[in-house]
Amino acid sequence: MQFEPVLTKGIGKVDLTNIDVYEAQGGYQALRKALTSMEPQAIVEEVKKANLRGRGGAGFPAGVKWGFLPNDGRPRYLTVNADESEPGTCNNRTLIYANPHQLIEGIIITAFANRITQSFIYIRGEFKRGAEILMKAIEDARKKGYVGQNILGTGFSQEITVHRGASAYICGEESALLNSLEGRRGEPRVKPPFPAVVGLYGCPTIINNVETISNVPHIVKNGWEWYTKITANPSNPKSCGPKLFTVSGCVQRPGNYELPMGVTLREVIETAGGLRPGRKLKAVQPGGSSTPMLTPEHLDVPMDFESVAAAGSLLGTAAVIVYDDTVDLVDVALYWTRFYSHESCGQCTPCREGTHWLERVFARIKAGGGTEGDLKMIADMQTQMAGTTICVLSDAAVTFPVSLLKLFPEELERYINRVKEVRPA
Amino acid sequence: MSRPCCQGITPDDPRFAELDAFIRDGHAAPRFLIAVLHRAQELFGYLPEEVQSHIAKALHVPPSEVYGVVTFYNYFTLKPVGKFPINVCMGTACYVQGAGRVLAQFEQELGIKPGEMTPDGLFSLEVCRCIGACGLAPVATIAGEVYGKLTEATAKKLIAEFR
Ligand SMILES: NC(=O)C1=CN([C@@H]2O[C@H](COP(=O)(O)OP(=O)(O)OC[C@H]3O[C@@H](n4cnc5c(N)ncnc54)[C@H](O)[C@@H]3O)[C@@H](O)[C@H]2O)C=CC1
Ligand SMILES: Cc1cc2nc3c(=O)[nH]c(=O)nc-3n(C[C@H](O)[C@H](O)[C@H](O)COP(=O)(O)O)c2cc1C
Ligand code: SF4
Ligand code: FES
Repeated sequence: MQFEPVLTKGIGKVDLTNIDVYEAQGGYQALRKALTSMEPQAIVEEVKKANLRGRGGAGFPAGVKWGFLPNDGRPRYLTVNADESEPGTCNNRTLIYANPHQLIEGIIITAFANRITQSFIYIRGEFKRGAEILMKAIEDARKKGYVGQNILGTGFSQEITVHRGASAYICGEESALLNSLEGRRGEPRVKPPFPAVVGLYGCPTIINNVETISNVPHIVKNGWEWYTKITANPSNPKSCGPKLFTVSGCVQRPGNYELPMGVTLREVIETAGGLRPGRKLKAVQPGGSSTPMLTPEHLDVPMDFESVAAAGSLLGTAAVIVYDDTVDLVDVALYWTRFYSHESCGQCTPCREGTHWLERVFARIKAGGGTEGDLKMIADMQTQMAGTTICVLSDAAVTFPVSLLKLFPEELERYINRVKEVRPA
Repeated sequence: MSRPCCQGITPDDPRFAELDAFIRDGHAAPRFLIAVLHRAQELFGYLPEEVQSHIAKALHVPPSEVYGVVTFYNYFTLKPVGKFPINVCMGTACYVQGAGRVLAQFEQELGIKPGEMTPDGLFSLEVCRCIGACGLAPVATIAGEVYGKLTEATAKKLIAEFR
């Protein structure tokens, strides 16, 4: 199919941080349409029919999530998750830095649809400039009457507050994010209750990723039917819409590429310039550090939530990390396990202890001191660490090691055997 | 940006007045703790005990909780930083492009490890995660400026220039 970029249209050609330029490209028309001619419930229905899936990694349908907000008179909040800290993922960054008004327009429409008057953007501490860009964009939007009291004379009011995090991976997990927003340590809460029911300050709260919310104006403006047609894999109606893929690792042009949901893994890699000359593909993590590896036989898998899952991995954040034949996957495993042991918040024993064990096991293997027993231990750790904790960081930490053991045991054994050689008999 | 701060901080330090002004300006509740800590670290360069207890009193939060929050987040530091803080990116892209060798070169040039400051207070060294400049990998920031496509040689040259 012919694909025109939707979310990144104009980026790199015009300065969309300038509100006049954004408006000239059709910006804020969806807001006008929503607030002046649509009922809030109709907007929620539109997003449900468009089947907008959460882009933060889990793919939960946004309209369905919004429908869970209880109607009990408590205040409601909208929180945009801009913590983007999954290694290899940087599409939210582009959407914030280069197209902030699209996000703000999406926030106001989402808030209107769900009768919310106060929204927050939780942005990772590293994005200091991004926070400044957003604050300026909010002020520019206020001057035009899109933010603040009585927007466009409709009686609807909306305040948007930008909150900076302070560098902790776990704060991207939605309930940890809420604790952090309340000024506390960013430790995940037990779910359920989900934030939709008990969220910020104990009130119903919608949390959506930056990319999810950035889709909303386009759905409102062009309708759900238009949206569901954006796919390269029409045989799967469950995933659709434009998707930003962050391609990194052993490709010639790493970066963010907007493509329709359902393009094949091969096309994604080719869009990023393909492999370097003479190199062979070894493996790909299709959705960030917490997703199992795919191998060259999966190059024709459509990149949508269902197809990637059927192939044994997850679309996650669509952070496609490419490893060619020069990469030592044991080294990668050491890197990931180190990352997770540093980022575990420490509340749950399987995660706090398990992530450190894993790091030590891989450090030992890499240094040449691993044993056959270590390989068995990696397999055991999965049963101990996955599904036993408050949040899924623990599951994520053990995913790559297990995937490595399953798909590339020879890479691990190479290290083990090396030790046997040097050990005196 | 942050000023170097190697001596003890006294209660009459004028920066406390600046911090108090920020707190009074709509940040005087426990939920603003992280925003206040951001401002304090901007002013003092780090968050020593004196500053933490000052904030605890001003926001009516137990000092233990302030300490708990400060130590939870990577961004906050209990140790003073040098005049030119160096942050070497160990994110995925930088790591595979040889950030480890660049870091080792910085360590060797400065004679310190990550988390430490040189005795003359000029440099401090830290490692960080992806700063979103992967196209320039491996990268480091020195005093807030980004330097990309680093090698052992350019790392050495940069230190000489800053000295
Ligand atoms: N973007 C990033 O930087 C990162 C993303 N991730 C992704 O995060 C994902 C895991 O996130 P989780 O929040 O643990 O997933 P989850 O499956 O628990 O929830 C997904 C969303 O649906 C909502 N939800 C699910 N069931 C619900 C119900 N019955 N009622 C109301 N709301 C409901 C949740 O509140 C949440 O907003 C992974 O797939 C991973 O790819 C992980 C790390 C970093
Ligand atoms: C350890 C961990 C880290 C996460 N980090 C992020 C993140 O940085 N950004 C994000 O949008 N979602 C992140 N999530 C997922 C959120 O919990 C949540 O599912 C998401 O924000 C919901 O938004 P969506 O429905 O629009 O995808 C993380 C989840 C876990 C378990
Ligand atoms: S699984 Fe790990 S990160 Fe998640 S709450 Fe438990 S200890 Fe914290
Ligand atoms: S990994 Fe270093 S800037 Fe992205």
